[in-house]
Amino acid sequence: MTDASAPAIQVIGLTKLYDKTKAVDEISFEVRRGEIFGLLGPNGAGKTTTINLLTGLARPSSGSIGIFGASYSDDLRTGQHLMGVVPSENNLYEELDGFENLCFCASLYGMPRVEREKRARELLELVGLDSAGKKKFVAYSRGMQRRLTIAAGIIHNPPILFLDEPTTGIDVASARQIRQMIRQLNEQNGTTVFLTTHYIEEAERLCERVAFIVEGRIVRIDSVESLVQDVHGRHIMQFSFDGAYPNPCEELQIEFQHVKCEAVSSGVVRIVSPEKIDITPFIKYFESKGIEVTEARKIQPSLEDVFVRVTGLAAEEMKREKEGKSK
Amino acid sequence: MKAWIAFWSIFWKDIKTYYVKPPNISWGIIFPFAWALMFFIRSGSALDIRSLVPGVVAMSILFGTTSLLAVTITFEKRQKTFDRLLLAPISFELLMLGKTSGAVLFGVLNAFVPIAIGAAFAGLSGTAWLPLILGVVFIAISSTFLGLFIAVSVVEVFEAQTFSNFFRFPMVFLCGLFFPIERLPMFLQPLSYILPLTYGVDILHATVTHTHRLPLWLDFIVLLLFCITLFLLSLRNVKRKWIL
Repeated sequence: MTDASAPAIQVIGLTKLYDKTKAVDEISFEVRRGEIFGLLGPNGAGKTTTINLLTGLARPSSGSIGIFGASYSDDLRTGQHLMGVVPSENNLYEELDGFENLCFCASLYGMPRVEREKRARELLELVGLDSAGKKKFVAYSRGMQRRLTIAAGIIHNPPILFLDEPTTGIDVASARQIRQMIRQLNEQNGTTVFLTTHYIEEAERLCERVAFIVEGRIVRIDSVESLVQDVHGRHIMQFSFDGAYPNPCEELQIEFQHVKCEAVSSGVVRIVSPEKIDITPFIKYFESKGIEVTEARKIQPSLEDVFVRVTGLAAEEMKREKEGKSK
Repeated sequence: MKAWIAFWSIFWKDIKTYYVKPPNISWGIIFPFAWALMFFIRSGSALDIRSLVPGVVAMSILFGTTSLLAVTITFEKRQKTFDRLLLAPISFELLMLGKTSGAVLFGVLNAFVPIAIGAAFAGLSGTAWLPLILGVVFIAISSTFLGLFIAVSVVEVFEAQTFSNFFRFPMVFLCGLFFPIERLPMFLQPLSYILPLTYGVDILHATVTHTHRLPLWLDFIVLLLFCITLFLLSLRNVKRKWIL
């Protein structure tokens, strides 16, 4: 009962209330077939709740969810065979080895023994764990666990893959490998990918379109290209200094009214202007205030700038907060 | 067919991951011996093994199933591995049956340890074996579903154990194992009849010692009703509490 022209995911006015708190507040968006769509936001913004609502692990308070044109608002279980889900926490069985874990996950989708064993071997190879297939999941490193969890999410070749913070808390090499895998799945199999992340550069590299979510509301949604276009033509200088100094943005704004000051994190501010920025008056200003500047550099506008501009949130702080939590 | 593949996988995964672990196997063997010894000390004289069998069988099943199920379900929910099961495209009914079948089998096998000991030492001649086996299966299912009901009502493993004891110990004392129900204070007697173990123990007494209060068919029907009610209540709780 799917419509060939319908988007992979269509969400209209989706709301989730926990007691009286709105975790997700009337969000609406579409994810096109075969695209990689990113949901960006700080901790507690509603990213995981949104994934839970879309996959059937949470029940919407109101609103509708369509998967390939079919409505699943009342009961998502009938549409769960269309989805692969990779949660933010690695939730495989510690006592089983990698191969057994994948075979078990495949059996949940009704795959017969021969088929699931073949698929498990293929995926172990794909995620670079073929030599660790007989090792218990609990003995895997965090990066290996993450890769196996992703393999479990795609065991049944789902047309839609949901990834909740796929690279949080893992080493650089594993993160890169995971990003390559996501791209490969999307390009070779045409898998529609819906991912949440707090790594803005990851979203910029992987996603075709992104939505910014803050306090349960989607505040902006567009293609990465269009979003970055918004900040093109803007000149950005970033000043770093000892974080012990109080945020100087308010005073800077009074002193330099023709520019905009944005606090990136404690000890880092950005000066944004439609015209070329001469750093000399700023350096002099900081010196007069006794603030020692450790670095001043020109920044190329990126999705991060758009994020900071649209949400008013410091991207670096968001990243640090999340990484601290995942450790 | 596909759903049954999932069912059997959940069943075998649980058997492998939880039930055939050495501590659980030793529990299944030591527990009946410990109960038998306790009854022996209590009697203070010659031991009538046949009269001990129903009590030890009932308690072995009750404690075995509720303890393990409370741990396996609560632990998996805590580890978030249960979410993986909730995301599988199979019905809740089949999912929960898959998740509980291992405990039922564990309970049944637990029950046959004291039965085998009884048969070895006392012969157990005259036992009505078919109703006994059916009774054991029914007690195992109702105790497992009681464990399921407890497991889906709590968050932590320790809460599951505490909550289990809240049901188990009053049940052991009120079901007619230690004291005949007629000898309980009047105000406690109605309580006995709202406990599933009362009917299970009555079946065991009927088949092993030929002393029972209620007709066998009534015991089976009431146990069946307990099984259905507890299973439906647990399903309702899973949907309400775990799919928020």
